[in-house]
Amino acid sequence: MTHEELVVSALENGTVLDHIPAENVYKALDILNLRGIESQITIGINLNSKIYGKKGIIKIADKFFEDHELNKLALIAPKATVNIIRDFKVVEKKKLVMPEEIIGIAKCRNPKCVTNHQPIKTRFTTIAEGDNISLLCHFCEKITSSRHIF
Amino acid sequence: MSRKSLISIGDFSKEEILHVLETAKEFEQNKEQNFLEGKVIASLFFEPSTRTRLSFETAINRLGAKVIGFSDATNTSQSKGETLKDTIMMVSNYVDMIIMRHPLEGSSRYASEVASVPVVNAGDGANQHPSQTLLDLYSILKTQGTLEGLTINMVGDLKYGRTTHSLLQAMSHFNPKFIFTAPEELKMPKEYKAFLDSKGIEYIETTSLEDNLNDCDILYMTRVQQERFTDPMEYERVKDVYTLDASMLGNVKENMKILHPLPRVTEINQDVDETPFAYYFKQAENGLYVRMAIISYLLGYR
Repeated sequence: MTHEELVVSALENGTVLDHIPAENVYKALDILNLRGIESQITIGINLNSKIYGKKGIIKIADKFFEDHELNKLALIAPKATVNIIRDFKVVEKKKLVMPEEIIGIAKCRNPKCVTNHQPIKTRFTTIAEGDNISLLCHFCEKITSSRHIF
Repeated sequence: MSRKSLISIGDFSKEEILHVLETAKEFEQNKEQNFLEGKVIASLFFEPSTRTRLSFETAINRLGAKVIGFSDATNTSQSKGETLKDTIMMVSNYVDMIIMRHPLEGSSRYASEVASVPVVNAGDGANQHPSQTLLDLYSILKTQGTLEGLTINMVGDLKYGRTTHSLLQAMSHFNPKFIFTAPEELKMPKEYKAFLDSKGIEYIETTSLEDNLNDCDILYMTRVQQERFTDPMEYERVKDVYTLDASMLGNVKENMKILHPLPRVTEINQDVDETPFAYYFKQAENGLYVRMAIISYLLGYR
C-alpha cells in the first residue's frame, strides 16, 4: 500500500480526480457542482506531487461524470487525471481534453463587457499557448488569461 | 428574410466587403434609392453619437424606409431597469432591422443573438464599429484606386482606438504594410501584432510622426479619446502627443491621403484642411453611401 493510499482512503466505486493544483481544489468542487450532492467526498489538499510540489485529490463515491463535465476542469487543472473505480480497482484512466468553448463558468475580466452588467451566460473560446490558457470572450472580444477567470 | 447581422468587421468575408463597397459606389452615383419603401428600421442609440446616428438615419431615409428609435437611453425603459434582452426582443417585433449603439462591449453581439431581425453594430463601447471600418475602406479604395499592396500609417491612440484595430483586420485581406506611430503608452496591442505575424504582414513601430510620413499611401490619424482612459494621468501625458501641420507634408507621396474618423481636436492643424492631402471631411460623407449599402445588403436587396 502506498503512502498516498494511507492518507486518502480507498474508494469502492466512484471517480478519483488526481493531480489537481492544490490551490484549485475548491474551484474544482464548484466547477463540477459537487457542493450540493449526497455522495461521500474525500478531499486531499497539499499532498506531495512531482508535478506541482503540492497537489490536491478529490474522491467522489458512487459518482461518474460525462467527459464534457470533466473537461471543464482542464481550465484550472490541465494536468489532472481521472480514475474510474469499480470494486476497488481502477477500470479506466482518462486525461482531460481542453474544451474549445467554455460556457457559463468563467467570468470576463473586462469591466465594460456586457456579461458583467446583464444577466447573460458567459461564453469563451479557449486559446492554448503552451501551458497557459487564455479565453476569448464571445461578446466583447477581449482576452482573459486563465489565471484571472474566477 | 436574411438574418445576417454586422457586429464585427470579421463577420464579413473579403468578398462581402468588396460587394458592399461596390454597392456604395452605385449609391454615391445615384443617391435617390427608394427600394426599401414600406420597411421600418430601428435606430437605438443607448449612448449619444451625433455623426453616426445622423449618417445611419439619413441612409435609412435615402433608401425609402422609415426610422423609429431614440438618441439617448435616459427616457427609455432601460432606465427603469429593463434588461437589454427585453428591449431588443420587444423592438424586434416592430421592425425589419435594428441599428444600435451601446456603451457596453459585446452588447451588439448579444442583441444579434436575441433579435429576430438583423442587427447592425453602430459602436459597442471600445470594441467594434464596423460601418466606420467599411467607410474607411471605401475612402481608401476611392482615393487610391485599389486596396491592394498599400502602406498605411496609423497614428495616435493605437491601444484603445477601435477604428485602427478593425481597419487592421479588414486591410489584412489586401496585402498591406503598416506603420504604427504611437507613444509607448498607446502602442498597438500585442494580440493585433500577433495576428499580423500569423498572416505574414509587415509592420514597423515608431514613436516619431515625422520619420515615416513620406513612405505611406494613407495616413490614418486618430484622436486620443479621454473617455477610454481609466487613468487620468496617463491621458494627460499623451493627449497632445502628435500634431500634423501643413509644413510637414512637403515630401509626402502625391497620392497620399489623410484620413481621420473625426471628431478631431489638436492632432490635425487647420492648415492641413487646405492641402490636397486632406480627405477626412469627404471620408465622413462616404459613410452615408457605405451605410446605405450595408443596410440593403443585410436586408437581402443588393
